[in-house]
Amino acid sequence: MNIGITLIIQMVVFIVVVLITMKYIWPVILGAMEEREKQIADGLAATDEAEVALKKAQDEADGILNEAKGQASEVRESANKMATKIKDQAKADAIAEKERQMSAAVAEIEQEANRAKENLRKQVSSLALAGAEKLLSKEVDDKVHADLLNDLVKEI
Amino acid sequence: MASGSIGGYIEHHLKNNQLELVENSMFWTINIDSVIYTIITAVVFLGFFGYVAKNVKAGVPSKTQNFIEMIINFVNEQVNDLFHYQSKVVAPLALSIFVWVFLMNFMDLIPVDFLPWVGTYAGINEMRVVPSTDLNITFGMSFAVILLVMYYNFTKKGPVGYAKEYFGHPFEGPNTLMKIVLAGPNMLLNTVETIAKPVSLGLRLFGNLYAGELIFMLIAVFTLGYGLEQLMSFGGVTMIVAQFLLGLMWALFHILIITLQAFIFMMLSVVYLAQSHDTGH
Repeated sequence: MNIGITLIIQMVVFIVVVLITMKYIWPVILGAMEEREKQIADGLAATDEAEVALKKAQDEADGILNEAKGQASEVRESANKMATKIKDQAKADAIAEKERQMSAAVAEIEQEANRAKENLRKQVSSLALAGAEKLLSKEVDDKVHADLLNDLVKEI
Repeated sequence: MASGSIGGYIEHHLKNNQLELVENSMFWTINIDSVIYTIITAVVFLGFFGYVAKNVKAGVPSKTQNFIEMIINFVNEQVNDLFHYQSKVVAPLALSIFVWVFLMNFMDLIPVDFLPWVGTYAGINEMRVVPSTDLNITFGMSFAVILLVMYYNFTKKGPVGYAKEYFGHPFEGPNTLMKIVLAGPNMLLNTVETIAKPVSLGLRLFGNLYAGELIFMLIAVFTLGYGLEQLMSFGGVTMIVAQFLLGLMWALFHILIITLQAFIFMMLSVVYLAQSHDTGH
C-alpha cells in the first residue's frame, strides 16, 4: 500500500469528471426534466382554463337557446293571434258580402215587380181603352182622350 | 493461483500493478490498474450519461432517458434536502460521486479471478480490478472534495469569517478574555475535524470495499489446492457448491454495500459542502 502520485492523478481525473458532468450532463438533463415539468404544468393549467371556457360556452349556449325558445313562443303566439284576426275578418267580410248581395237581390226583385206592375197597368189601361172604344163604338181620338186615360191609369 | 498457497494467493490479489517513475520512490509509483479502471469507469459513466444528455428530449422520454432521469432526480432530491444554497457545482459533483463510485465498487461484483485471469493472457500478472480498494483513489476523491470545501470556506465566509469560526467554535466565550482562552481548544478541535473529514471519507469507502474484496478472495480460496482429480471427488464437489453459495450470498449482500457506500460518500460530500456554505455562525 503506497500513497503517491496515483492520488494526484485520481484528484485530477475526479475534477475533470465533475467538470464534464457540470457542463455537459447535469444542466442538459435537468433542463429537459424541468422543461417537461413546465410543459405538464402548462398542460394542466390549459385544461383547467379549457374547462372554465367550456362551462362559460355552455352557459352562453343555454342562454341563447332559452332566448330562442322565448322568441319562438312569441312568434307562435303572434301567429295565432294573426290567424284568429284573419279568420274573424274573413267571417265579417263574408257576412257583409252576403248582406250586400241579399239587399241587391231584394232591390232587383222589387224593381222587377214594379216593372211588372207598370206593364200590367199599361196593358189594363189599353184594354180598358179598347173596351171603351168597343163600348162607345166610336173612335176615340187618342190625343183627345189621353189625358183622361192617364188620369184613369193613375187612379188604378 | 500461481503461488499455490492461500497466503500467496491473497497477497497476489492485493498487489497493484505498479509503475515506478522514479527508482525506489514510493511517491512516484503509479498504480496503473487503479488508474486505468477508474478511467474506464469514468468513461462508462460519462459516456452513458453524455449519450443520454445528447439525445435528451423534454417530450416523452425513452426508457434509457427515464432511467437516467430517475438517478438524477434521486440525487437532486438528496442535494436539495441537505444543501440550501445556490450552486452549480454541488449537484453535478454529487451525481458524479454517486454514479462513479458505484461503478468503481461494482467492479467488485465481477468474479475476483476473472479479469486478472484475462490479464494473464495479455502478459499482465498483477491486477486489482476494484479501484475503490486502493487508498489513493478514495483519498484522491475525498481530498478533492475537501479542497472544494476549503475553497468555499474561504470564499463564502471570507478569511476573517472562517478564522472566527475556526477559533470561536464549538466553544463560545461570553467575553473577550474567555474567547481568547477558548481559542486554543477550539483550534485544536477544528483542526482534528478538518483532518478527520477527508480521512474518514476516504477510509470508509476504502475499508468497506477492501473488506468486501477480501471476503470474495477468501470464498475463492475454498477450492484452492484441489487438483482437477480431487474436484471430481465428494469433497471437491461439496467445496464447489459451498463456494458458489457463499459467493452468491456475499455478492447479493455486497450489492447493498456498494450502493450504500456510494450513497454515503455522496451524502457526506454534500453535507461538508453545505457546512462550508453555512455563514450562520
